[in-house]
Amino acid sequence: MSGPILEMRGVSKSFFGIKALHKVDLTVYAGEIHALMGENGAGKSTLMKILSGAYRPDPGGEIRIEGHPVRIEGPLGGRAAGISIIYQELSLAPNLTVAENIYLGREVSQSGLLARGAMRERVGPILERLGADFTPQTLVAELSMGQRQLVEIARALHARSKILIMDEPTTSLSAAESERLFALIRQLRAEGLAIIYISHRMDEVYALGDRVTVLRDGRLVGSLDKPEIRADTIVRLMVGREVSSFYKKEHDPNATSGRPVLTATDMADGQRVKGCSLTIHAGEVVGLAGLIGAGRTELAHLIIGAAPKISGHVELDRQPIDIRTPGEALDAGIAYLTEDRKALGLFLDMSCLDNINLAVIGRDAKLGGFLDRDKARDRAERAFAALGIRAPNVGVPVGGLSGGNQQKVLLSRLLATTPKVLILDEPTRGVDVGAKSEIYAIIDNLAKSGTAILVISSDLPEIIGICDRVLVMRSGHIAGEIRRNATSHFSQEEIMALATGTEHVDA
Amino acid sequence: MPDNSSVQAKASPTSSLASAQETKRQRVRMIIRAAGMLPVLLILCIGFHFLSEGRFFTGQNLGIVLQQAAVNTVLAAGMTFVILTGGIDLSVGSILAAAAMAGLTLSKLPDLGSLWLPAAVLTGLGLGIINGALIALLRLPPFIVTLGSLTAVRGLARLMGADTTVFNPSIPFAFIGNASLPLIPGVISLPWLSVIALLVIFGSWLILRRTVLGVHIYAVGGNESAARLAGIKVWAVLIFVYGMSGLLAGLGGGMQAARLYAANGLQLGQSYELDAITAVILGGTSFVGGIGSIWGTLVGALIIAVLSNGLILIGVSDIWQYVIKGLVIIGAVALDRYRLQGSART
Repeated sequence: MSGPILEMRGVSKSFFGIKALHKVDLTVYAGEIHALMGENGAGKSTLMKILSGAYRPDPGGEIRIEGHPVRIEGPLGGRAAGISIIYQELSLAPNLTVAENIYLGREVSQSGLLARGAMRERVGPILERLGADFTPQTLVAELSMGQRQLVEIARALHARSKILIMDEPTTSLSAAESERLFALIRQLRAEGLAIIYISHRMDEVYALGDRVTVLRDGRLVGSLDKPEIRADTIVRLMVGREVSSFYKKEHDPNATSGRPVLTATDMADGQRVKGCSLTIHAGEVVGLAGLIGAGRTELAHLIIGAAPKISGHVELDRQPIDIRTPGEALDAGIAYLTEDRKALGLFLDMSCLDNINLAVIGRDAKLGGFLDRDKARDRAERAFAALGIRAPNVGVPVGGLSGGNQQKVLLSRLLATTPKVLILDEPTRGVDVGAKSEIYAIIDNLAKSGTAILVISSDLPEIIGICDRVLVMRSGHIAGEIRRNATSHFSQEEIMALATGTEHVDA
Repeated sequence: MPDNSSVQAKASPTSSLASAQETKRQRVRMIIRAAGMLPVLLILCIGFHFLSEGRFFTGQNLGIVLQQAAVNTVLAAGMTFVILTGGIDLSVGSILAAAAMAGLTLSKLPDLGSLWLPAAVLTGLGLGIINGALIALLRLPPFIVTLGSLTAVRGLARLMGADTTVFNPSIPFAFIGNASLPLIPGVISLPWLSVIALLVIFGSWLILRRTVLGVHIYAVGGNESAARLAGIKVWAVLIFVYGMSGLLAGLGGGMQAARLYAANGLQLGQSYELDAITAVILGGTSFVGGIGSIWGTLVGALIIAVLSNGLILIGVSDIWQYVIKGLVIIGAVALDRYRLQGSART
């Protein structure tokens, strides 16, 4: 094998005296998929931002590309050095076309005018090579998340990058889209690119990784070659303790025989949801699986009144109830955890205390709408203890916490309302392994205390691990239901078959 | 920092000490952030004191400064509510004029004359609620709605006095415009206008920091979609803040009318909205909403008043005052950005 394409030696980065990265060595070869793992806050993003030029490393370290020492400075520095990053939150301008996005910042011009034709012509072959089903003239706003990712990759290829960094690329992709992406990543590897792949998902690292490097608390704690890659080894390196990475709920045969708490019948919004009915019983965890775009989140929004419905009715505790706003849903006892906690859930600049109490401060308030501050502090502190939220104190802004702790704060807000029905939309998205199993335990305990829970998730092992019953949605309909019994668990294949509508699932 | 690692190694057995130091550092940072523009205000005051050969810090001059700051403080308090939700209210100057005209017109009626002040305040409230309803219920952009009412309400104000100046030398409650509240009789007194302004600031603080409504205002400004999903009645919050801004503009109109015994629909309150917005921004409130405090607004309003007063004291010409004021505003906000960079969340 030739020399490494990227070598980092003793790279450190500190912010105000706090070390975010401590003397990290990383070696990446051309034609390999190098998985980078670590809990949130382990230093992965800092490392990537150094490579992209967003941060400047502390003096003392060295970065070599193809053997030559380089200094990566400024947002264009990474690209100039041959490094492209595809961020978790994609950085495309939706109001521009695919070609315009790919050329953003490096537009081709002829005597001062944009050379649109030339740009389109050069983008075309790249899209073809990626197997894209859209044209250079398509508006990015019209593309799905998976297609947008292709645009990002096309942009990297167009810049002739030799190193491609992907940060949690499958977070917002459906299973089928993820599979397509994996095939593409393998193709790029075969073409000689070095790919640094950041992910929380063990199965992806298994499927793709040639090598795995694990970071913990800003230090590199281990690099594994392909034969050594094993889930328990990685998890132990990541958290420094044993964690059951694959959560298995104890099967309770009585779970699905409780009294029905929530019954939704014939829910439809005229667009994404086309007549869905479901029932959730007390003490039951029901999974709602399906591909992205199947209408799962939209169905939840209809139930809680966040979107207008054209048909359907909801019964709570066998009483018909008319819910028109999320506030009415909360008052009735139906709480919804959004899939997008930063955009739709949390108030990042406000304190944990305010975030936790927000839904109940009205109920707690003294005469005249004055806040009961002792009660609020007490409630926040109890939530911190009950859910194991790690933050200096309840007064810090929630935006500074890790993903897992943010999710627990948002969950605490819902639990403060003591809901009868809890709808959790992607409850562990962007959450590290340790916090994930803690959230599973919280869900389990809530169910045991009689809460009816609906879990929407694209993470099949999660659905299989924590649910008593699974509903699968496909193109706006409930395509089927899978029950589990004492002997057999639901199989991933069975769910995928219902979700995709094929009897046989492609391997 | 070559010896950083040894410091870290030593720190682990005494981590409680280190964390105590860290919380202390955090507290200092919090105080600096809360103090905001206060140091700038103090430096300006001291600077003008020396440049004017000791004429700034006199009881009489401070009284003038406070009185000059009063109306803008009241308008800026209302503006703080609006900007905290991520909105803007360009119509406060016009509402102030319309409210003053309505009040003065009523004050000349023999039987209802003593009701002129509530009438002015309610005029402001009504116009503010119309703004709020258009923004909250019809989902129109605040900038457009209040730009429209800036013009339309100015027209209303001129209509009310048939485009003339309305006088009332015997207006009831004239004392709030010109008299002072003696704190220590014969030694220190506070103009009534300033007393009203301080009460408004205190009341605003109470609403913003001690009530459910206050938390909801910050929530709507911080993340409107999340606020809606969390069950907050966003429309009600918006109507409240624009109603509040209108009400306080109406109060400001009353204060001006009492001070001048007169009002003119064309001239009164011209471009007051700009001074109010400036005070809020100087006070560190984020233009996108969700971050800021009413105390910062008070400091911002005082900075504007001190600048005007100080520049007159040291004999700077009227024309240069504009240039200097503008530059100070830009410089102060630049300083604020620089100071807050360290506390940006990761």
